[in-house]
Amino acid sequence: MSVDSTAPTEPSVDNPAPLIEPPRARTAKTPKATRTNFELYGWLFMRLSGIVLVVLVIGHLLIQLVLDGGVTKVSFAFVAGRWASPFWMTWDLVMLWLAMLHGANGLRTIINDYAERANTRFWLKMLLYTATVFTVLLGTLVIFTFDPNI
Amino acid sequence: MSTPTLEKKSDGPARSEDATPYITVTFRLRRFNPEELEEAYWEDFTIEIDPKERVLDALHKIKWEEDGTLTFRRSCAHGICGSDAMRINGRNRLACKTLIKDINPEKPITVEAIKGLTVLKDLVVDMEPFFQAYRDVMPFLVTNGNEPTRERFQSAEDRERFDDTTKCILCAACTSSCPVFWNDGQYFGPAAIVNAHRFIFDSRDEAGEQRLEILNDRDGVWRCRTTFNCTDACPRGIEVTKAIQEVKRALITRRF
Ligand code: SF4
Ligand code: FES
Repeated sequence: MSVDSTAPTEPSVDNPAPLIEPPRARTAKTPKATRTNFELYGWLFMRLSGIVLVVLVIGHLLIQLVLDGGVTKVSFAFVAGRWASPFWMTWDLVMLWLAMLHGANGLRTIINDYAERANTRFWLKMLLYTATVFTVLLGTLVIFTFDPNI
Repeated sequence: MSTPTLEKKSDGPARSEDATPYITVTFRLRRFNPEELEEAYWEDFTIEIDPKERVLDALHKIKWEEDGTLTFRRSCAHGICGSDAMRINGRNRLACKTLIKDINPEKPITVEAIKGLTVLKDLVVDMEPFFQAYRDVMPFLVTNGNEPTRERFQSAEDRERFDDTTKCILCAACTSSCPVFWNDGQYFGPAAIVNAHRFIFDSRDEAGEQRLEILNDRDGVWRCRTTFNCTDACPRGIEVTKAIQEVKRALITRRF
């Protein structure tokens, strides 16, 4: 049974089913099967980075907000003091990268799931990637070039 | 099961005076007929029916006695052919396996077509995208070499490995309950993965690798968000989400 192409096909609130050209729309616009493991690695990365982030973020929150006077102690000098140690620099660097990539990949899947038109999807993802690259680069730059004497 | 009649005979010895088995139930059906009206709309039918009957019996009663234009699919009426999956009170079920007394007949019972597939008329949807995804995972035995002269033996344990996924009747209740499928219909959908699982874990089959590769793609198993809608919807009680997770695990252990 095929869809009569002259039938009303615009999805609306009342007729929520989108027109899906049978069969699974193998049109010229359909992306080719990728044959890569990108989605597999993406899925795995989400699980692994999630586990690491739980430790990193909870530790970070404890240090910044709870222990030793709480949030009032956080000042330029406090940050400068911590970043004097390579350990905390690495901690913050890893946390920045993992959190940004984890969040970006999560948003990518959300955009894939919710954006309905190919164009919307493309531009939302471009915006997301730009923001991610910008934040990651800026953060990395600050961690590495931080000068406590400014 | 006989068609219920409207005569309320209360002379049976098992029934007390005015205790008839019939109750009045309102069915709120999602009607859509592209030849008449571009919009779908709700229509109420109030009928007298025994609550021990099924929703399918009610649909029959409405079609046969009230409105012959009501369109829906059904064939076996016993939960085997998988043709009458529909959204009853907001949940995907088989009309032929849903008893009216189980879904609170005091309130109007809503019945609509399954979601995510193009509605053709009333409760009938275009199943082609669903079956295309099914065909794409090669749901048939693939072997190499010479055909054996006897049956292909399989131990009871090997058979048990994929027993759950052999129960699928391709009703599409799972796929059409999946929010990822609703969006663009490109996701293979739970049913296709269930039927791939049935062969991937079959010791006699030799194309598991190929099927895994197909499901490794962008719209394959990795789009599953473990929502469990499919497991809730499956009228055969297949642990659909578990099957999908097993395919994911097979993909990962194959790689590492
Ligand atoms: S897995 Fe269950 S819900 Fe899905 S098509 Fe098969 S029988 Fe229907
Ligand atoms: S009519 Fe066959 S499954 Fe319901």
